[in-house]
Amino acid sequence: MNAVIELWSGLHPLLQAVIKGLAVIGVMFPFGGACSLVERKVSAWMQGRPGPNRALPFWVAWVPGIGFVQRLGVFHLMADGGKMFFKEDPVPGHVNKFYFYLAPVVGMIPALTTVTVVPFGAYLNEAGKLVPLVLANLDVGILAVFAVSSLGVYSLILAGWASNSKYPFLGGIRASAQLISYELSMTLSVLPVFLWVNAPGGNGTLSLFDVVSAQNGAWFGLWMPLSAVVFLVSLFAETNRLPFDMAEGEADLVGGFHTEYGSMKWGLFFVAEYSHMLIGSGVFVLLFLGGWNPLPWVPLSDVAAWLGQLSPVLLHPIAVGLLSIGIFMGKALFFIFLFMWVRWTVPRFRYDQVMKLGWQKLLPLAIANLIFYAILIAFLQKPVS
Amino acid sequence: MAYVVERKPLTLPERLYFPQIIAGLRVTLKHLFAPNVTMEYPEQRPAIPTGYRGVPTLVKDPNGREKCVSCQLCEFVCPPKAIRITPGSVEDQPDRVHVEKGPQAFDIDMLRCIYCGLCQEVCPEEAIFLQNQYSMTGYTRAEMVNDKAKLYELGGTLPDQHFKWDKKKAAAEHGNAH
Repeated sequence: MNAVIELWSGLHPLLQAVIKGLAVIGVMFPFGGACSLVERKVSAWMQGRPGPNRALPFWVAWVPGIGFVQRLGVFHLMADGGKMFFKEDPVPGHVNKFYFYLAPVVGMIPALTTVTVVPFGAYLNEAGKLVPLVLANLDVGILAVFAVSSLGVYSLILAGWASNSKYPFLGGIRASAQLISYELSMTLSVLPVFLWVNAPGGNGTLSLFDVVSAQNGAWFGLWMPLSAVVFLVSLFAETNRLPFDMAEGEADLVGGFHTEYGSMKWGLFFVAEYSHMLIGSGVFVLLFLGGWNPLPWVPLSDVAAWLGQLSPVLLHPIAVGLLSIGIFMGKALFFIFLFMWVRWTVPRFRYDQVMKLGWQKLLPLAIANLIFYAILIAFLQKPVS
Repeated sequence: MAYVVERKPLTLPERLYFPQIIAGLRVTLKHLFAPNVTMEYPEQRPAIPTGYRGVPTLVKDPNGREKCVSCQLCEFVCPPKAIRITPGSVEDQPDRVHVEKGPQAFDIDMLRCIYCGLCQEVCPEEAIFLQNQYSMTGYTRAEMVNDKAKLYELGGTLPDQHFKWDKKKAAAEHGNAH
């Protein structure tokens, strides 16, 4: 084990970065595919139908119990992925080719970049100190997530505009207006959290790891519920999920901004959407639901200490790391499920309702929430003089 | 008559959205675990109600004799002219004496048939029935024409109270033409 760690630290930083990048791509693409399958299955079950359950490659048909896996539609995932790569990639004659090709790429960049700054677990080093598992532990954590993920709107605008046809254009316009509107309330809603984390006298930080460390006791979601709600609603809007599905709006806009796209270019948009969902869920869990802390007032280090009494093997950094990743991913995946759950519960808002909700309801709510918690935190954290 | 639907003002929980959304989430969660309402078609087939009008078929009586006497009423009544009958005699078959006539060829073009059931209604011999088969496919136009053999294969034998040909035969053996 130590040899592997030494080999890793001995590598050139550039090579390390390339390997990390490939790891992100290698995780996010299958994740996007898996999410699309889960979405199809969850949608089907909620609508009272079995969902995809037919595909079965003939060379695994002899495996006992494969029927159950087939019923879950797992092989549809591979069939869909293969189809996406190999089918014809039509480019309409009337599009602006350069931007048309550029748009899916621009969509993927923020989706894959923000993953690197989101901590997804933690382990205890020899000194018993918690160390985050993250590809790039930036001090500006949340700021980097907001700054880079909001670049995703360029992909929608580019796609809508470059397609040079009516429905994609309308979809792009709607998406950009919606994304920009909800970004305001989203950013304002997380400010109370960072007001609390940056207590007077301490080092200023925007790091997501520090936010989780501040939640060893009460989770922020418990005593800042309004922040959490505003953030969650904005998250639905930012990820273009129903009921804020303005960018696609298949009922009135055919397919919205990706109407003219096909095969893998279309697939890239979807991988980007699912990555945004995962990152958004992850950030929500980190900010409001205690990250990798299993329960409120039960931090990870305590659980690791209890497990260490059972067997010292469980105190190994890899064991603790896997436990923390499990807890964090469990919470994040629940929110992915929530996205799908809400999709079949709440119908799509009308465009003017979306704008009204964003500007006239959520934004004042977020500002009032910020003022309330600013005053509250000022009293709670009054420096002892 | 035009009337005005009174719209009640929204209550506070309704205006807050969230109680309503959570109630909706409960409903969808219930559906998530509810049994499927759909049928997996090729393996599971729906139960066909009585009186269903499927593919028209020719039936035989319980003695295995063909009932059609090729009177051609169905051919005449058929609105899209899907039925074509070539009348013929059956004298060459000794067990079929007393049958005046039988169809030499009986073709129903299923590309034309509109499943109206008029042929069944008009048939004086109760020889043609629209039965349960609802799935009729083929790769060529020729395949979609059901000939006599196919129609009898699809039709099979239906229970029959009349035993018309038995009665006729018995009557003839007693010297009565009818």
